[in-house]
Order: sequence, then structure tokens, then C-alpha cells
Amino acid sequence: MQLEERYGLFIGGEWVEPRSGEYQPTVSPATEEPLAEVAYGGAEDVDVAVGAAREAFSNGWSSLPSSERAKYIFRIARVLQERSREFAVLESLDGGKPIRESRDVDVPLAAAHFFYYAGWADKLEYAFPNRRPQPVGVAAQIIPWNFPLLMLAWKVAPALATGNTVVLKPAETTPLTALLFCDVLRQAGLPPGVVNIVTGDGRAGAELVKHPDVDKVAFTGSTEVGKAIQRAIAGTNKKLTLELGGKAANVIFDDAALDQAVEGIVNGIYFNQGHVCCAGSRLLVQESIYEPVIAKLKRRMGTLRVGDPLDKNTDVGAINSKEQLDRIQELVAAGEAEGAEIYQPPCRLPEKGWFFAPTVFTNVAQSYRIAQEEIFGPVLSVLTFRTPEEAVEKANNTAYGLSAGIWTEKGSRILYMASRLRAGVVWGNTFNRFDPTSPFGGFKESGFGREGGLQGLEPYLDFEGKPESLGG
Amino acid sequence: MSRLDVRKTYKLYIGGAFPRSESGRTYEIEDANVARASRKDVRDAVRAARAALPEWAGMTAYNRGQVLYRIAEMMEGRRAEFAELSGGEAEVDEAVDTWIWYAGWADKLAQVIGSSNPVAGPYFNFTIPEPTGVVGIVAPEAPPLHGLVSRVAPALVGGNAVVVCASERHPLAAITLAEVLATSDVPGGVVNVLTGRKGELAPVLASHMDVNAIDLAGVEGDRAELEELAAENVKRVVRNGDGHSPWHAAAYLELKTVWHPIGV
Repeated sequence: MQLEERYGLFIGGEWVEPRSGEYQPTVSPATEEPLAEVAYGGAEDVDVAVGAAREAFSNGWSSLPSSERAKYIFRIARVLQERSREFAVLESLDGGKPIRESRDVDVPLAAAHFFYYAGWADKLEYAFPNRRPQPVGVAAQIIPWNFPLLMLAWKVAPALATGNTVVLKPAETTPLTALLFCDVLRQAGLPPGVVNIVTGDGRAGAELVKHPDVDKVAFTGSTEVGKAIQRAIAGTNKKLTLELGGKAANVIFDDAALDQAVEGIVNGIYFNQGHVCCAGSRLLVQESIYEPVIAKLKRRMGTLRVGDPLDKNTDVGAINSKEQLDRIQELVAAGEAEGAEIYQPPCRLPEKGWFFAPTVFTNVAQSYRIAQEEIFGPVLSVLTFRTPEEAVEKANNTAYGLSAGIWTEKGSRILYMASRLRAGVVWGNTFNRFDPTSPFGGFKESGFGREGGLQGLEPYLDFEGKPESLGG
Repeated sequence: MSRLDVRKTYKLYIGGAFPRSESGRTYEIEDANVARASRKDVRDAVRAARAALPEWAGMTAYNRGQVLYRIAEMMEGRRAEFAELSGGEAEVDEAVDTWIWYAGWADKLAQVIGSSNPVAGPYFNFTIPEPTGVVGIVAPEAPPLHGLVSRVAPALVGGNAVVVCASERHPLAAITLAEVLATSDVPGGVVNVLTGRKGELAPVLASHMDVNAIDLAGVEGDRAELEELAAENVKRVVRNGDGHSPWHAAAYLELKTVWHPIGV
């Protein structure tokens, strides 16, 4: 794999210089070395990209026989599988996540999403009987830096399957796999303008959201920005899906299989350095097993290897950016100041690059910032409970509602908890599982609309003569 | 000498009771002095809806369907009165039939909207709808009866509790419907009906942090400001549409996906 020195914008099937004239380096978080220069699109660039997407929508893509559309998307899935090694390395290089995770989770799941939605393209009438589904038009998609290629797949695959065209803005710190994806589109022979990639920062995203010729906005990122987007489209007819922050409770009952539960806790919060919106960042432990759980957890944390993302033995890679590292450090300091007890296993962090040791806080009160705010880092807050009712109350005591975990060997208790936890995804005796067939998305301030599954098609469709809702 | 008729005082419907507006205000409309709800009445109504939610959401779908069916039965008995307060008999028929139609959806929504998901691994995985919580509804100005029923029924059928701002120019049908609800096994607080100035009430409902979704179909003119207010707690916003669809009901439902490993 050879990186270019400098990347332009991908608009209308071609690489173009940004009209903004602006380029910024993208940096490896593990070494702080620049990898390449990337264009930062401005208002004019967004306008040209939306124009290219509109033209591609009107001149062919939306009227292509749906079975042909399906075959293009199948091709994308296959090319991604064939070039998976390249994508995995680039994802870890640019984003800092362990190569084992890029290789085993991000890239295969991205390919699977394209394969799954490809099959839907010519079956929409069966997914929505009596509703006469129609594509919406031009979809503006803004994705985060924690799963760059996978989030691209979650956005682009259903949009294309439903006959829409796309302008996608990758996150400013992780643009490279989206740019490599343009080469997949070339190999797949996708018609020009069907997918356009405009790299840049929040300014490009804001221009994209407010562009009058955009019909649908899909955003994954922080709740703060999500609210700003919802405000920005107020009064328009744009459709919107938001996949925002979370502060998931991972609830451990006294009859849980403890070793498995501890693996689930570790996977829940230290997977991808905790840069996961559905991370199990609040551990709720039943009081009677508090000591053994914490002891096992600390022991297990001591075996986590923190370091070079490109080493396949690494468990916890680099923090994505200096800005994110600052935020984690600020919240951890707040946790200590508020009176929580901090534990970090002895581990040597690399001298260069942005790293943070796996961290657990005990003696946490519900009101502490580390129990309320999304840290988006490898930091776990532990609370306790006595009864299932108390566990439900504490778990739901947050403005978020993205995910939750339950650990118990009692089946009826899993279903009791699953039906009462106000969260869009509930993992029973497992955590952080994802699949293209499985709808994902939040309750409350974690956003609305679903990605994945049959339900993930709906946000990209209009239905003739049927009610329209912002999220649906 | 002919008998002097006894007139009805039209009040609000909050938490299963019929209070006057706490503000003491009324406005004259349709030959009556109708309560003019205040900001505090909106907040009281939201509190009543939140309190009523667990019972309503926790009912079996079969039971909830029967309660909605009961509303239709009770309305049927007061057809003449409703005909006078609305566009006439045809509108009443439509409203009654709408309750019946949604009553039948109560125990079918999950089968149409939910799914079992064949994930690539040893997991059992399914998706089910759940109520979003408290739904604010700005009812259409007209038709006064069916307009309201066609917005409230789809929000109720999935297990939500509702606070509705009635038609400002034709509020009497809404308050009379509240009398039907009060005698139809609908737990108090599940539906709360406010009359008054929409321009005053809708922004309070749209900005309320304990309202989970809002239906703006009855807003005349610019809805931008209301949608901006709704963003503060990421409310689900329903903009328009003519209802009469399980997908309308789905706009007030959250989808929950549950995973569990398969093993011995």
C-alpha cells in the first residue's frame, strides 16, 4: 500500500482540488507523524459535491433497474473483502485502533454491511408492502472517527441500496480509509457522482447539513453536534437520523458467570480504547459480589497490552487525537477531584503518541461527572446495587439510551431487565456485538432512527401518501 | 313554560380529572367559555402523563387493544352529541372507526414492525417496538373530532401517554371526547387534553425536557421554531401525514434489539 502525499476531494467520480484551497495533515496518533495531506472542503466544494450527487441521482442511479443497483453494491462488498488487509492496516495507522480489531471487526463488518444491503436493493417492495418505497434523493452523511470505514459502510450501503446518492464527510482525524474507499468504487465501476467524499472539519459538515438540495441527513457523533444538526434542519423537509452519545450500564448480577462477565466488562469498556458510543462505561455490580468482581477485573486489566496499534498482540491502541486525550484527562481529573477512587494497572505507555492506560473508578456516586458524561475513552465507573429494581433505576438514570448489558444465569431475569432498560440495544451475557442484520440506534438523547437490518432501510425512503416523520 | 337547559362548563382534562386552568383564564368560542390553559397546565399535564405511563405501557397488548375498542363503544353511544360538535355524522363515524382500526393494531404492531435478525454468529437476536414515552400532540384545527382522534389513536396504541393541544377554534369536540375517555377504562393521565392558544402552549410542549416526541401536524404556519425547541432533548418530531397507518404508530415507537448467546 502506497499513500499519496496529498489527497483532493472525490467528486463526480474524479479527484479534484478543493476550491477552498485548504489542506491539512492527517496524523498517526501512535507516532504523532503526519501521514498525508488531506483537502479541507469549504462551502463551494460542498455545493459542487451535492450538485454531482443530484445529477447522478437524476441521470441514472435512481432509475437504474434495482437488480443492477444490487450488483454494484455486491461488487463493492467483494472488493472490500479482497483488499481487507490494506484497509485494516490503513485504519489502524490513521485512527490508532489495534490491528487485530481493524482486521477482525471493522473491515469484515464493513464488507458484510455492503453484502447485506446489496441484497435488499431489489426487494424493497417486500420490505415495505403497500407503501410504494421511493428513494429520497441526495443523502448527506457525516461520520465519526472511532470506526471510520465501518461507519462509512453503515451509511453508504443502505443509502445506495434504496437508490439514493451520497455526499459523505469523514471525520477530520480519520479520512484515509474513506479516501481509499474511492478506489474501491473505481474498481466496482460505480457511476460517477453516486458517492462523493468531501473531507474536512466541522465547517464542511455544517455546510452539508444546511445545503438546500440535500434531502436526508444522517449523522453519527456527539449529542451536542446532533442537537445542533436537528436545530439546523428545523422547518425544512429534510429527513434526519442521529446516532449520538451513550453512557451504557453494564449490569452484573450475583449469579452471573463471573469470568465471562469480567471478559464482557473489559470488552465493553476497553474495546477500541473506549472510543465507542455504546461502550459499557458504567459498571453496575450487585453488592454481594462487588469484591470478587473488582478483584478479577483489576487482575484482568493487568494483562491488557497497551501500545503500538500495528502490533497484533496489542489490546488497547492509541487515543485518536490530542484533543480527545485532553478530554479524557480532564474528566479523569474531575473524577478524582469529586472523590472517586482511581485504579490503573502498572503499564508502560509508549513515549511518543497519545495513549491512556485502562482506568477504573470505584466509589463513584451517580451525580459525578464520570457517571453522567460520556468520556469516550478507556475509563470505567463502578456503581453498586442491591435489587433488580434498583439496577433498572440506576441504569436508566441518564439522558442517554443507546445500549446496556446484563449478566445473569437466570433467563427470566434477563428478559425482565431487557424489557425495562431504556436502550436501543441490549446485550444479555455478551457485549459490543454488531451485525448488519441487527438494527442499531438509541432511545432518548442517544438519537433516533436505526442503522442495520430491514429497519435501517426506512430512513432512506419516502413512502407515497404516507405520514412522514423526522426520524422514520 | 319551557325548561331552561343546564349548560356544561368546558374544562381541561388532566390526570383523569377535569380541572379549570390554574390561571383561571377562559376564552369565548363555539358559544362557550372554554378553559385557556397556561404554561403550568402544560407542565401538570406532562407530569400526569409521565406518572400514567408505566401502567399503560405495561399492559398486555391485548388489554390495551380492548381499552381502545371500549373508547369506540362509548363514542358510539354519544353519536348525536358528537355530530353537533363536529362536521356531522360522517365525521363521527370516521372517528369511531379509526379507534376500532387502531384497537386491532395493538397486538399486531410488534409483528409488523419488529423482527428476528439472522446475525452471523451463535446469538439469538430480535427487535421489538417499545413506547417512546410521553408524546405531545398539536391537534389539527379541523376536522375537530376526527382530526384529533387520527393523531391520538396511533400514539396511544403502542403504549405512549399523550398531552394534546386541542383545536383552538373548535375545542368542544375534544373536551367531550375527554369525557368519553374518562369512562372508557383508559387510566387517568394516559390522555390529557388542553384547550387554549396553541401559540402559547405548543412552545412549552416542544421545549419540555420530559416530552419524548411531538406531533406538529396541527401547527399552522412556520414550525421551525418549535422544531428548534424540540432539539434540546432530541425529541422525535412528526411533521405531517394523514395517519391511518401502522407506520404512523411506529413514529412513536422505539426499536429495541436484544442479543443473547446460544450455547450449552
